[in-house]
Amino acid sequence: MRLLEFQAKELFREYGINLLPSKASTTIEEGRKHAKELGYPFVIKIQVPVGGRGKAGGIQKCQNDDEFELKYPQVLGLTIKGEKARAILLEKMADIKKELYLSLFLNRSKRCYTIIASPEGGVEIESVKNQIIKEVGLGNVSEQVARDVAKEMKLEGRAADDFVDILQKLAKLTVEKEAELAEINPLAIMQDGSLMALDGKFVTDDNGNFRHDELQKYQEKTEIEERAEKSGFSLVELDGNIAVVGNGAGLVMSTLDMLSDNGGKPACFLDVGGGATTESVYEALTLISKMNRVKGILVNLYGGIVKTTVVAEAFLKAYDDKLINLPVFARLKGTESEKAKEMLKDSRTKIYDSVEEAINASVMGIKK
Amino acid sequence: MTDIFKLLRGTPEDSDYKKKGVIVQGITGAYGSVHARNMMAYGTNIIAGVTPGKGGQKFEGKVPIYNTVKEAVDASGAKISIIFVPAKFFLGAAKEALEAGIKLLVAIPEHVPIRDTMEVLDLANKKGAIIIGPNTPGIMIPELIKIGIMPPMPFKAGNIAVLSKSGTLLYEIADALTNAGFGQSITIGIGGDPINGTRMIDAFDMIKDIPDLEGLVIVGEIGGDSEEILAQRIIDIGFKKPTVAYIAGRSAPKEKRMGHAGAIVMGTYGSAESKVSMFNKANIPVAKRPSQVPVLLAGKMQQSD
Repeated sequence: MRLLEFQAKELFREYGINLLPSKASTTIEEGRKHAKELGYPFVIKIQVPVGGRGKAGGIQKCQNDDEFELKYPQVLGLTIKGEKARAILLEKMADIKKELYLSLFLNRSKRCYTIIASPEGGVEIESVKNQIIKEVGLGNVSEQVARDVAKEMKLEGRAADDFVDILQKLAKLTVEKEAELAEINPLAIMQDGSLMALDGKFVTDDNGNFRHDELQKYQEKTEIEERAEKSGFSLVELDGNIAVVGNGAGLVMSTLDMLSDNGGKPACFLDVGGGATTESVYEALTLISKMNRVKGILVNLYGGIVKTTVVAEAFLKAYDDKLINLPVFARLKGTESEKAKEMLKDSRTKIYDSVEEAINASVMGIKK
Repeated sequence: MTDIFKLLRGTPEDSDYKKKGVIVQGITGAYGSVHARNMMAYGTNIIAGVTPGKGGQKFEGKVPIYNTVKEAVDASGAKISIIFVPAKFFLGAAKEALEAGIKLLVAIPEHVPIRDTMEVLDLANKKGAIIIGPNTPGIMIPELIKIGIMPPMPFKAGNIAVLSKSGTLLYEIADALTNAGFGQSITIGIGGDPINGTRMIDAFDMIKDIPDLEGLVIVGEIGGDSEEILAQRIIDIGFKKPTVAYIAGRSAPKEKRMGHAGAIVMGTYGSAESKVSMFNKANIPVAKRPSQVPVLLAGKMQQSD
């Protein structure tokens, strides 16, 4: 899961990483209180789980009450890359000398953790210049390694000491919370030479969640997502109108691609996992019935051993129960497909021999 | 490089040539028992099972069950094991297998924490063992040995190697290949996790020198850069066998995990564009949809004739 900045900073604070005073709120009333406590000037920062906040106007300086009253609601009302504000962070303004970059990430191809540091931070990682890259195995960073990086960064005195301290704490946090990425960008050098984490990005490994009750409070799930998880489904909601259901992540992604190529707009990615049963397909249809934008359902099941009649039963039951009244375009690879077609003959579910045919029919059918 | 064929098939001098023994860890579980049965039906020599507390019993009336992998290895001499335990027990089960001398470990569970996978890989390196997975459909030499959960129907013996991150896409594409007359010499499921015991490039190194190899199919998906690294290797060594790729997830939004833990685009890292452009550089055509794979492969073969 990807933590919001203020959540990442909660963890940073817990691990003793230097931070400026800041407070998170979700209403302007709460915000006013924080404004008083912090004192001007401060920065208003939108809390969304995506990058590019600055460019989108989600980070605003605030010098006085008038500016606060104007800007707080503006920033709170922003939608950035489709994400609405989860909260607003007020953070004390800082007098910065220089911005550095620092992160620890899971290096997939090298299969180890890797430090990336740069004396030129404050921009997106893709444009960070003079990157210093160091592989650190399972993520532990010794003082010597941290010193070496500080030296390569040409840091001296207090800045170097602070850097070593922060890097080691960030590594400890990464290892203990099982993070895939822990990033401080920018890591600022202040006028007095000390270092402060001005931003925080923290992505944890969901599969390690069962060992981390303390992270559960950061979990953000809709009712539909929660039900999907309970059934062992993978669900990603999208903004189109054709729900895409299949078994296996690769197959569903592939179906999504083909649908998009043909001008269709996927409403969701729904992988029902392993084998399909009457119950699992029925539950998938139940979840889809809760998405108002959906105008049709595209089903692509590759069941080597799955009986397509078992799947057909789920559709019939869903119509009978008035769970859905949507057209379904299905490609069911498996046994007894002739019988399944016969079963569904008079229903709104049509079975096609190839996924291409099912996709074409869904795009044409929904346009009408 | 460990010879994967030697592990899976053996050599004609071996008394168990073409019937190498395989241990199933978690053989009495709901999932493990179904697939143990399916593997046996396919002809895989399931030689022993492991379920703590059920030692002394027999699976299907014939396969002896042991409490520990060590006992199973001591009794059977097997070098191969397949794991069907819940993700949170994977670390323990995998370490036990490696300590007992298993040299090829097929890790089926999905949702294994990355930290656990990395710990297992560390031990596997020290022991000189190969891990396939986790979150893999398994590995197979069609019509000879299946160590995994794939349905038998789409596969046919032949001379095309298939490497795939995804399970169902592997079946889909193998099906298309088989229907077009392209049998498979070996299929290796890389797995859908961010960290793979056998990466695309490792799997490629296992198959690239197969004497009668006629072609290679790479089934990738968004996330990571294993496809890019493989394409670079293919350029570097001047691999000339007809090769075709397919990449799933072109239309996926950024920063969203698409079902597989590893299927996520972060910035430009892991994007389909990056993979496709590297394959283009390596002169490897990328299919737009699974059914196009055999068509492109046939085209490549004509070119190389």
